[in-house]
Amino acid sequence: METSSRDIETLVRREYEAGFVTDVESDAVPAGLSEDVIRLISEKKREPDFMLEWRLRAYRQWLTMRAPRWAHVHFAPIDFQSIVYYSAPKSRDDGPKSLADVDPKLLETYDKLGIPLRERELLAGVAIDAVFDSVSVATTFKDKLAALGIVFCPFSEAVQKHPDLVRKYLGSVVPYADNFYATLNSAVFSDGSFVYVPKGVRCPMELSTYFRINASKTGQFERTLIIADEGAYVSYLEGCTAPMRDENQLHAAVVELIALKDAQIKYSTVQNWYPGDEQGRGGIYNFVTKRGACRGENAKISWTQVETGSAITWKYPSVILEGDNSVGEFYSVAVTNNMQQADTGTKMLHIGRNTRSTIISKGISSGRGQNTYRGQVKVLKSAENARNYTQCDSLLIGDRCGAHTFPYVEVRNPTASVEHEATTSKISEDQLFYLQSRGLAAEDAVSVVVNGFCKTVFKELPMEFAVEAQKLLGVSLEGAVG
Amino acid sequence: MLTITDLHASCDGKEILRGIDLQINAGEVHAIMGPNGSGKSTLANVLAGRDRYQVTRGTVKYRDVDLLQMPPEERARAGVFLAFQYPVEIPGVSNIYLLKAALNAVRKSRGERELDAMDFLALVKERMQLVEMKEELLYRSVNEGFSGGEKKRNEILQMAVLAPYLAILDETDSGLDIDALQVVAAGVNALRSPDRAFLLITHYQRLLDYVVPDVVHVLIGGRIVKSGDRALALELERTGYADLTPALTPATMLDER
Repeated sequence: METSSRDIETLVRREYEAGFVTDVESDAVPAGLSEDVIRLISEKKREPDFMLEWRLRAYRQWLTMRAPRWAHVHFAPIDFQSIVYYSAPKSRDDGPKSLADVDPKLLETYDKLGIPLRERELLAGVAIDAVFDSVSVATTFKDKLAALGIVFCPFSEAVQKHPDLVRKYLGSVVPYADNFYATLNSAVFSDGSFVYVPKGVRCPMELSTYFRINASKTGQFERTLIIADEGAYVSYLEGCTAPMRDENQLHAAVVELIALKDAQIKYSTVQNWYPGDEQGRGGIYNFVTKRGACRGENAKISWTQVETGSAITWKYPSVILEGDNSVGEFYSVAVTNNMQQADTGTKMLHIGRNTRSTIISKGISSGRGQNTYRGQVKVLKSAENARNYTQCDSLLIGDRCGAHTFPYVEVRNPTASVEHEATTSKISEDQLFYLQSRGLAAEDAVSVVVNGFCKTVFKELPMEFAVEAQKLLGVSLEGAVG
Repeated sequence: MLTITDLHASCDGKEILRGIDLQINAGEVHAIMGPNGSGKSTLANVLAGRDRYQVTRGTVKYRDVDLLQMPPEERARAGVFLAFQYPVEIPGVSNIYLLKAALNAVRKSRGERELDAMDFLALVKERMQLVEMKEELLYRSVNEGFSGGEKKRNEILQMAVLAPYLAILDETDSGLDIDALQVVAAGVNALRSPDRAFLLITHYQRLLDYVVPDVVHVLIGGRIVKSGDRALALELERTGYADLTPALTPATMLDER
């Protein structure tokens, strides 16, 4: 048994092919954080006064706060004074000139994932010819969106062009004093995405950060704000299955979603940041605050995430169900391998009547990975007939990894119904042998079992993302019948 | 087709097979009978390549290649099929997906074109008639929530789709009611052909009423103690295995416990 579980581990141990590239930035402010640094960031971004005030309030708050210790993750204390909080967008001349200059191993990975040539250039940070840019798909899409009144732009651009919207909604879901990392982000955020979909407009395409090419390299303190006005619909894709070059170890992003009456926001993430080497050295710390608010009747917010990268993931995409009949959903696949640690889950806060939430969490641990589901379902007194269904499944590969489940349930209304189901299983030798004896190679057998385990989450992903996610877990179900 | 010579195999250091010699030719159906713990299932698993069992001595030649050198998936691609005594559940993986993945893996290794969805579906539907299986089961997760009989029919369906040269059925008859047994037997009979051989492992004579074997072997204490024709199976049903047991040495009898 022991030998075979080691074999299984060898099969699932996929080396991160991207390597980890460290380049020295030019035009950066000195390391460390102070009011002066924040004023400098705000000035360089030519922000209006309200933005600077907000940043400073957050900074003063942050000075009184301590880093949270309750998550089931372990790492050495972070020296916040050694971080560089602002660096100018990289000049295009700094990057590789063409794909020929890019690490062949990285290209090999792109090849395996089937990424188109142009995307490869973007991902690898190749300086792209300006003429090529102007006729790009991205620009075409942008015109199409503008015709519908949809705003989709870098956050810093929104601060300039749509200050009223930013002012009205920024911090309305994640207040600047929310938690240690969100507060830090509020003080120093670099850039991110801004989306506004006007009343009754159904966004005709999946919005993806990939198309936001002029705002690439948004850095470690990303800030995203998405607003779906009454009756609007938008599906947003964040991240990429391809390994991204990144110089920053700490990532503390904030994402706020606001769905007004009858609006719907679908937010999908595939995260594959550098997880560190087999000893866990050098991986990204992903400490993210993501929260959505269903502000009106029948509003709906769905989070779907596939988390395979980062050394440490600390992330709880949540939904505040204010409007009557509003719906919150959370679908998650989190994979931890080698020394990776993930403490992830969701919070569903039921305030309105007949609010419903669904939580499906699939944790996969292998190597010495530690995978924790932490979720809270809170039904307030006002939430007449609230409904929640939670399902947490853990899959263990090998015998040195761990899976932990911490569900918190708080119900203040007797008409509420809250269901929780949890399972823990191992990939069995029997399953692998069965599949192999039908002609599947050993590594394909592992992938088939893992993909089967994740099926209920993958089917929530937009089609092209789902295909990528499955490839990411090592197999393509393309053309599968049924 | 298959030549087993002096095969010894053990599990967790305990010797289970103690010198098996067996020759199976194309087109033949062989039955292996024996009491519990005699090594029947071990033989089936060793032939399919399960690494829980260690081969300590002997050779297995299959269609001119050394079967023991091949990992399980290559054996499957080369046309060896094991119908499991306890078919395994794979949650979230549809039955038809597994069938297609398996068939295409086998075809690919033989340099044949992979079947597209339409051709594949046509093939599966035709083969399903052999085992009278409900179409709905194709779209359910592999063996999950299947009844005992449905699981065994599913094994035969896989066999019919993969069309192996050597099919090993490990107690496929156990736990089946008479109707299911007849369906399974009819499936096997339909697949009998001059270029295909069967090894039926069974505890009871019952299956052999429907699938008539060319040769019957009796396996006791890890060795084939007697071989004969169909009459041997009927005789065993009358007399039981007790008469054959004295062939064991005192030492091996101790091990059997």
